[in-house]
Amino acid sequence: MIRLLAVIAFLWASVVQAEPMKMAVTTSFHNSGLSEVLLPAIAAETGIEVQLLVVGTGQALRLGESGDVDAILVHSKAAEEAFVSAGYGTHRREIMYNDFVVVGAEVDVAGIAAATTAADALGKIAASEAAFVSRGDESGTHKKEISLWTGAGLDTESFGDWYKAVGAGMGASLNTASGLDAYILTDRASWLNFGNKGNLTLLFEGDPVLFNQYAFIPVNPERHPHVNNGAAERIETWLAGETARDLIDGYTINGEALFVFNAEPTN
Amino acid sequence: MNDIWAGLEAAFWLIVTLDADLLEITLRSLYVSLTALVIASAIALPFGSWLAIRRFRYRRATIAVLNALMGLPPVVVGLVVFLLLSRSGPFGVLGLLFTPTAMIIAQVIIITPLIASITHQAMRELWAEYHDLLISLNTSNWQRVTTLIVDGRRALLTASLAGFGRAIGEVGAIMIVGGNIEHATRVLTTAIALETGKGDFALALGLGFVLIALALMVNFAIHALSRTEREGRW
Repeated sequence: MIRLLAVIAFLWASVVQAEPMKMAVTTSFHNSGLSEVLLPAIAAETGIEVQLLVVGTGQALRLGESGDVDAILVHSKAAEEAFVSAGYGTHRREIMYNDFVVVGAEVDVAGIAAATTAADALGKIAASEAAFVSRGDESGTHKKEISLWTGAGLDTESFGDWYKAVGAGMGASLNTASGLDAYILTDRASWLNFGNKGNLTLLFEGDPVLFNQYAFIPVNPERHPHVNNGAAERIETWLAGETARDLIDGYTINGEALFVFNAEPTN
Repeated sequence: MNDIWAGLEAAFWLIVTLDADLLEITLRSLYVSLTALVIASAIALPFGSWLAIRRFRYRRATIAVLNALMGLPPVVVGLVVFLLLSRSGPFGVLGLLFTPTAMIIAQVIIITPLIASITHQAMRELWAEYHDLLISLNTSNWQRVTTLIVDGRRALLTASLAGFGRAIGEVGAIMIVGGNIEHATRVLTTAIALETGKGDFALALGLGFVLIALALMVNFAIHALSRTEREGRW
C-alpha cells in the first residue's frame, strides 16, 4: 500500500513539475513537423510543457482574444498587429519565416512553371480557369492567398466554379487538391511533409512576396489575469535564443531547410 | 485498395508493438466515453423510464423533443459547450476548456437524449405489461421506475451501448472543446482526423481499425459481464 502511494506521489510530482502552457499555433506550423523537434527541447530546458492547439490563424487569434490560451504563434502580420493594438496581446515578436509555394498537377495546364512572379502565376491560372483549391478558412495561408490575388489585380468574388474554397485545414485542402489535380497555394513545410501527393508537384516558388513570417504573441495578462504570462515570456526568450536558432535552421526534410530563424536576440 | 492494406498493416504493428502513444490515446478515448456513458446513463435511464409511466400535460411534446434531440449535431453541441466554457464565457472561471472534462460534458449532452429516447421506447412496452400489476400493488413512482429498470435491463443495455457507440466514434464536438492537444486531450477519433489531414492515410486507417476493435471489445465485455446472451435467457 505504501509502495503504491509512493508511486502515485512520484507520478503526481512529475506531473506537477512540468508547468503546462497553452499555445495556439497554425496548422502549417504543426504539419511541418517542427513542433515535434522544438517541444521536447523546450520541456528539457525550461521545464514548461507546451500544449499545442493546432488551429487556423483566425481561430488562434479568437482563442487569444477570449483568453483561452497563454500565447499564440501565427503568421498573418496585419491580423497580428490588429490583435496587439486592440490590447489582446502584449507585443509581437518575429521568430522565423518559411515560404509559400504553388503546387499543381504535373501537366500544368496553365503553364505557371514558366511564370516570373507570383502575380503572373496566379494570373495564368485565372486566365486558363484551371481548378484551384483555396483554404477559404480565414487562416494565415488563406489571407496570404487573397492578398496575392489582389496583388495580381483579380477579385476572388468574381471567380467561377474553377475556384474552390473548401474551408478546411492545410492537409485536408491538399488532399482535395490532390484528388482534383488542382492548383493550390501551400507553405513549403506542409507540402514536403504531405503524404498523399498523387499527381501534384511543386510548380512555382521563390518570389519574395511568398515569404511567410511567423510571430509569437503572449496574451495580455492585464486583460486576462489567469493567463500564464511568466511561462509565455520564458518561451519567448527561448524561441529567440541560441538553441531555438540551431534547431529551426537545422530542421530539414529530404535535405531541404524549411524555416529561417530571424528573431532579434533578447537584450 | 492498397491504402486499406497499408492501414491494416499499420494497425497490426501499432498493436503488436504496444505503441505508447496509441495506448495513451486509446485509454483516454475509453476514459472520456465511458465516463460520459456512466453519467448520461445515470440521467437518461431513470428519466426515460419515468417518462414511460408518468402522464402529464406536456408529455407528448417532451417525447417529441427528446426524439428530435437524438439527432443533435455534435459540432453544434461542441460549439455551444466551447462558448460556455471559454474564458470569456459564463463558466470560464472553471478553466475547463481543452480538458478531458470538457469533452465528457459535450459527450454527455450528445448521448443523453439518445439513451433516454431508446429507454422510453423499450419501457413503454414493458409498462403496458406491468401496468395492472404495479398499480394494484399500490407502488410508488420510484418503485415502479426501479422495477422497470431491473426487469428491462437488457433493453437498457442496448440503449446504453447505442450511446457508447455514438460517444466513442464522435469527433466534431470533442475536437472543438478538447482541442486535440497531444498528451492532454488527443483521443482516437481526433488523432484519425489529424493523420488524415497530414495525408498519412495508412496510420489514420490503422487508428480507425483500432477504434473499431475497441468498440467491439467493449460491447462483448459488457455483454459477457451482464450475461445477457446466456443460454435459455434470450
